[in-house]
Amino acid sequence: MSVVIEHLSYTYNSGTPAMAVALKDVSVSVERGEWVSIVGHTGSGKSTLAQHMNALLIPQFGRAVIDGVEVKAKLKGLRELRRKVGLVFQYPEQQFFAETAREEIAFAPSNWGVSGGELDKCVMDAVISVGLKPELLDSNPFSLSGGQQRRVALASVIAAKPDYLVLDEPTAGLDATGIRELIQLLSKLKKDGLAVVQVTHDLQSALDHSDSLLVMENGVGVTLGRPEEVAEYLLKKPVQGLVIPPLVQFCAGLRERGIKLPLTSGMDVILKKIEERTGLSGAFERRNGTGGVLGGELNRCSF
Amino acid sequence: MDRNPIFSLRGVEYTYPGASSPALRGLDLEISEGEWVALVGANGSGKSTMAKICNALLIPTQGHCFVMGCDTRDEALVPAIRRSVALVFQNPDDQIVASIVEEDVAFGPENLGLPSPEIRRRVDRSLELAGLTALRRSGSFSLSGGQKQRLALAGALALEPAALLLDESASMLDPEGRLSFLSCLGSLKRSGMTIVQITHRMEEAIQSDRVVVIDSGRAVWDGSPGDFFDGEYEKWSFEEPPGIALYRELLARGLLPGGTLPDADSMLDALCL
Amino acid sequence: MQFLSGISLGQFIPGESLLHRLDPRCKITATFILLSGLFMASKIPDFAFWGIFLLSLSAMSGIPLGIILRSARPVLFLVAFTAALNAFWTPGREVFRAGFLSVTIEGLVMAFEMGMRLVFLVMFASMLMMTTSPMAFSDGLERLLSPLAKVGFPASEMAVMMTIALRFIPTLFEETDRILKAQISRGADFESGGLLKRARSFIPVLIPLFILVFQRAENLAVAMESRCYVPGMPRTRLNPLVWTKNDTGAILGLLAFISAVILFDRFALKSFIIL
Repeated sequence: MSVVIEHLSYTYNSGTPAMAVALKDVSVSVERGEWVSIVGHTGSGKSTLAQHMNALLIPQFGRAVIDGVEVKAKLKGLRELRRKVGLVFQYPEQQFFAETAREEIAFAPSNWGVSGGELDKCVMDAVISVGLKPELLDSNPFSLSGGQQRRVALASVIAAKPDYLVLDEPTAGLDATGIRELIQLLSKLKKDGLAVVQVTHDLQSALDHSDSLLVMENGVGVTLGRPEEVAEYLLKKPVQGLVIPPLVQFCAGLRERGIKLPLTSGMDVILKKIEERTGLSGAFERRNGTGGVLGGELNRCSF
Repeated sequence: MDRNPIFSLRGVEYTYPGASSPALRGLDLEISEGEWVALVGANGSGKSTMAKICNALLIPTQGHCFVMGCDTRDEALVPAIRRSVALVFQNPDDQIVASIVEEDVAFGPENLGLPSPEIRRRVDRSLELAGLTALRRSGSFSLSGGQKQRLALAGALALEPAALLLDESASMLDPEGRLSFLSCLGSLKRSGMTIVQITHRMEEAIQSDRVVVIDSGRAVWDGSPGDFFDGEYEKWSFEEPPGIALYRELLARGLLPGGTLPDADSMLDALCL
Repeated sequence: MQFLSGISLGQFIPGESLLHRLDPRCKITATFILLSGLFMASKIPDFAFWGIFLLSLSAMSGIPLGIILRSARPVLFLVAFTAALNAFWTPGREVFRAGFLSVTIEGLVMAFEMGMRLVFLVMFASMLMMTTSPMAFSDGLERLLSPLAKVGFPASEMAVMMTIALRFIPTLFEETDRILKAQISRGADFESGGLLKRARSFIPVLIPLFILVFQRAENLAVAMESRCYVPGMPRTRLNPLVWTKNDTGAILGLLAFISAVILFDRFALKSFIIL
């Protein structure tokens, strides 16, 4: 079972001065238990693509197929398709309207006709799965901290029990702790069998966590593949709005110097490869972590 | 440093009307002319409140904030303070007033009651500093994210301030937009501008001369970026950028000589391969 | 599905045409003259002149006719409503009867004239907004209202408020669109059920919209304050308004044209009795 986008094109406001081509012949697909990232600059069409994945937008050209059903304007079951694919907008806490977190989370399932004890269970399941304390359920969602609000927003989509979760810039506005926790949460949801589609401009994070990536530039999907393949592509051909992450850049430099390693290698692999080449004891004085490794030498850094 | 102080915060406390607990609890901080200071802290630590205190948008409930020697409590001095400290906020869409680029940059000088030729001169100069001269007649809202934020920067520069206060100004930009914005700041810094940058992105802290950690409304740590990444960052649960983590490991294992610049090319060249 | 698509609602379209460059005071005054003229001469043949005038405005401004026509779209419902009212309730020679409703020739003529008048009114007003930046528009308005400032009318504050209000229109539409989409994604159904149920289904859109718009308005107010804006303080201008020969010419030309249309309406049409 999968969400498949084929040769999709989309133009906003055609025939007006605000006309804007958002998508040109884009294809991508995602299966349950898979994590796909869509990366690209602001205005590259990422969000428009995401809105096609849950039938919020109807393809003008090309196809969007959700679990074998093609999305069409006249289709009777559009609302059912939207239930299968949960879409979390950017800054989702801006859509809060209810007086309690419970009511906010119950909104989606009750819209799809869930009620009574079953609704309570949906809410509880969602709360547990996003790691929110159940005692917060009766508090006003606006009084919660930023990280908690984001969890409530996420729970309010998960409560409808979607099979696919599409998130538009889910880490925007969160601090380091918030980002770390959110990524952990998404990994867990993926392990539980959900499909995760993450729209982001954080290339490093996308390379680290996704099974595959789609890179967008001005409405065109320029490359689609596993992190390693995408890193290879980006190194050869720069894409507007994206900057090659420092570790990938470093790996590429090592390769030029004759060390073979994947471009998406983690730090452990990189260090091991260098030590294999230079010998375990480094050529220079070892600096001890407690005495300050970096000292004052960090200025004018380009990372 | 015996340069002129731009900001002096002495025991600043601030509680928002109706809030149960204070946002700032005795903040002490001194920032001098020409410094580039990164103020880092988790969401809700009081960073943004501090920015508003420094621009006299908020007045401390306790303690004092002096901007170039002027107490922000003195209402007569507020216009002078606003002119010498310009603020750039997080969301460019919430700062743009006019729908044409140059009209928006002119908004500040127009408020100062300057004659038209002087406004024209300031608009020209600010647009050039922000790299927007070619777009001066464009619609403000048709710009890209990075361009919009540089427009907000130009609008701030048109006040010809002594210091820039940036409240998460790069956080909504994509990586390229962020780089173009940061390199703009770099050249301003070189021309002597004092920059106070509020951020929770560690990559931005590296560029500064000095890092100040704000936690629960106080300045809890103050030092160089090098010292910050040498052990402080973990205590406040920040993430170390992967590039810096690698640099540290290479130094610690003796694979890299001291004094190497921490960018990919310098590191690769210095490795004994 | 795209919500709130193709809004042109008289949004400013940047340009360098003759019409764009006219003094906003000239354009505001001209629009008032034009609208008065439209009300004085709106028989069916008169609309030929108004149509030609609209075409020439389109040519002079470089704004395609299609966009100008589309600007009348938001009032089409109102037009249809008034036209229907007129068509059914004007006494005269009956051409068609459905139950107790009777359509008369006089009614049809009246319906056409009223409808066209409304459509042209909106299109002329949109032309003003499409060729004048909000900043220039509020400047012009402020100067035109400045005699009132002497008796305590806050002309300057009103002008700034106007700029901000105009500037917020696109934001308002964007945010509404986003919140609508987000709630639809959460299963909200705005299309089925009775009137009451439908009205209630908009609560999850309206509450977040109000919160967001107030928040953004407050952010903007803070940003303006930090850029030294003090309500009521005298401001200067990057481009002070300059009244040129073109502006005088435009007003005189317009007056001549309007007079001609009114003369045609009053005298030429008298001998030309329709039906």
